[in-house]
Amino acid sequence: MTDNKKIGFFQSGTPWVWLNAGAVSISMIMVIGLLVLIAVRGLGHFWPKAIWQIEYEEGGGITTLIGERAKTETVSARQLREAGVKYNFKEEFVERTLLKIGNRDVYGFDFRLTVAPLEKSVSLPEELIVLERTEWGNFYGELVAVKEDGVITQAGVEELWAKLSSRVERVAELRERIGDIEKSEIGAINFKMEKLRLRTRAMELAGRDDAEEQAEIAGTKAQLDADYDALKTRLDVLYADIRRDAVTLRVMTGEEVSINLSKVVKATRPNAMSIPTKIQHYFGNLIDFVSDDPREANTEGGIFPAIFGTVMMVLLMSVIVTPFGVIAAIYLREYAKQGFVTRLVRISVNNLAGVPSIVYGVFGLGFFVYVLGGNIDQLFYPEALPSPTFGSGGLMWASLTLALLTVPVVIVATEEGLARIPRAVREGSLALGATKAETLWRIVIPMASPAMMTGLILAVARAAGEVAPLMLVGAVKLAPSLPLDMNAPFLHLERKFMHLGFHIYDVGFQSPNVEAARPLVYATALILVAVIILLNLSAIYIRNHLREKYRTLEQ
Amino acid sequence: MATTSISSDLFENQASRSIDQEDICITCEDFSLSYGTKQALFDINLKIPTNRATAFIGPSGCGKSTLLRCMNRMNDLIDGINISGQMKLHGKDINTRDVNVTELRQQVGMVFQKPNPFPKSIFENVAYGLRLQGITNKTEIEDRVEWSLVNSALWGEVGDRLQDNAFSLSGGQQQRLVIARAIAVRPQVLLLDEPASALDPISTLKIEELIAELKSQYTVVIVTHNMQQAARVSDYTAFLYLGKLIEFGPTNVLFTAPGERQTEDYITGRYG
Repeated sequence: MTDNKKIGFFQSGTPWVWLNAGAVSISMIMVIGLLVLIAVRGLGHFWPKAIWQIEYEEGGGITTLIGERAKTETVSARQLREAGVKYNFKEEFVERTLLKIGNRDVYGFDFRLTVAPLEKSVSLPEELIVLERTEWGNFYGELVAVKEDGVITQAGVEELWAKLSSRVERVAELRERIGDIEKSEIGAINFKMEKLRLRTRAMELAGRDDAEEQAEIAGTKAQLDADYDALKTRLDVLYADIRRDAVTLRVMTGEEVSINLSKVVKATRPNAMSIPTKIQHYFGNLIDFVSDDPREANTEGGIFPAIFGTVMMVLLMSVIVTPFGVIAAIYLREYAKQGFVTRLVRISVNNLAGVPSIVYGVFGLGFFVYVLGGNIDQLFYPEALPSPTFGSGGLMWASLTLALLTVPVVIVATEEGLARIPRAVREGSLALGATKAETLWRIVIPMASPAMMTGLILAVARAAGEVAPLMLVGAVKLAPSLPLDMNAPFLHLERKFMHLGFHIYDVGFQSPNVEAARPLVYATALILVAVIILLNLSAIYIRNHLREKYRTLEQ
Repeated sequence: MATTSISSDLFENQASRSIDQEDICITCEDFSLSYGTKQALFDINLKIPTNRATAFIGPSGCGKSTLLRCMNRMNDLIDGINISGQMKLHGKDINTRDVNVTELRQQVGMVFQKPNPFPKSIFENVAYGLRLQGITNKTEIEDRVEWSLVNSALWGEVGDRLQDNAFSLSGGQQQRLVIARAIAVRPQVLLLDEPASALDPISTLKIEELIAELKSQYTVVIVTHNMQQAARVSDYTAFLYLGKLIEFGPTNVLFTAPGERQTEDYITGRYG
């Protein structure tokens, strides 16, 4: 009886169910764990952190340290002794903190380590402020004076703080105006100037000596020069304006440092903030992060150009890959004679999906960039040579390379979709006198469109996360301008672009200040995941819509 | 082998006596078909009269559907098919090179075993064949859709919801919609491949009534497993067995006084 029961348990398949459920659970836990880790580390970065003032025993005396606690870990006392900390520890394990002290221009380094037993006293003085600067990273200190238009104000903390806040706001406004002029207006003039230069060069190359045209070019050029001078004057005024005010801070060494407000992006006083204010700042920081340009070798500021570049590239890739993949799949499934050759083609296509992506990158560089791009330059842009137009990496070549990388996925998915269309429906159409092409176009392709969308979803997921090939065909650390702007022809496919994946690599591993940039790596990874999820969700939404429209396969 | 070919000649003669008065629509002359090396139809000789319902009966795999599908060349889609002999529509061979298959299929419509509406609205399903013919006039399309739905006895049920998805209809309604779709292009012949086998008895009855009405305007050829159905709806019946035409004649004759032993065995339920 018991024997029977035992066999029954195994034969019932229950252990298999548990095994499968376990496998699914482990996968889910890993995925969710990864997302949570990225989210916590990435999102935590934007929370205004407290600034600690620590009286620290060091070299026989007491020094004052001011900074944010970046990371705290427990280490063994022996390890510390071996690392050269001269202190007779009673404890076996002590807490060690990585303190971000900022002020790189003053001290030369912006992180230092402290160990808990040596911290004689810690406090969170409300008068400490953080300045986020355009260069040299954060600045921590105590407010001493605000210099406004040459007049120095020294007053109580609150009064000075109010004054500083309003000055910083004014500077931000001015900076925005300067940015507008430099980026769009002067940018447009430069763009036109470059066009004129290319036109002159083209005339030279063609040996055309058209006095009228030359005069016209000279006239336009003079006009642009005049426009530029006018803008320059306006800029000079703004620059003088922005440099008007300064602030003086006392740093932890007691030294007083004066900082021009033109270098200050944001001033905060986190120790004096209430929770709602902190939340407000948190979201402000988050919005700045996704909407600003990067600063300081990408370790500060936002990642907007990278988000933009990623989305542009993925969209362009989708536009290229869908028709190619779908047409190839239709030919393979519907028209090609099924035999040895089609089987060979199918196997090759499936294997293409397994080729390492860097190989595609090399191919893209060798074929698209050098061969195609080089020839396009020779044929259509000879006036710009020797500087390449399409002959170096750019948005178009990156999109094409990724389209090539993802086309197998689309082909396979579309083929499967086509194979699932019931024979009866095709025959129904043919029996009404439709040709094969008409049947395909009116019945089969619409019904297979959800499968095509599935292919596209997989392609997008793969392409958006791909970095290696992009490094060869167009993604750069810092792109001077977006591939889409107000200068005709608006979409500049030849331009280099920034990409979130490459940005992660660059910030995390190529940056001069890895420790300061680490939270940004997580934050950027989070944004990349969010962008991919968003792209996929929109594709899934479209697919479900199509499925609803053509639901017959369930019959 | 020898006996069957003789006997089939015999019964063809007998059948042609009554079929002589009929106007002939489709003629098979020594029609054979093989899938690769497997022969499916052997020297079929058959005359299908105009504006009558002709039923093909026989056990599964006897080749009746294959023969039916040859009449509008639906078998073209299958690789490795070889045919010999002739299949004529109004005296013209349909398997010659100069025949336009799509035109042929517009003249010889077909309805399949399972309802196969397109994933479109009811209206668009019926209008599909019309649009294929290049008709763009909106009122003409609307008129013909209505005409087709009225003639397939569906108008009363769907006339007020033409824009609904065709899949919202029941199986029987879907099958009548498919028939409406087929007659909308005004064919001369309507091939029905077991049109009621996937339907419930009430829907089957409706389809049969419809066939009875349609045969006054169209030449109807129906493949069926159901002998009562064949007896009810058809004027002529052909019995096929293992790819050979065993007997063909007026339905009442074939069912009441079959001339062949095999036919008698089949219709009395001794095999098949």
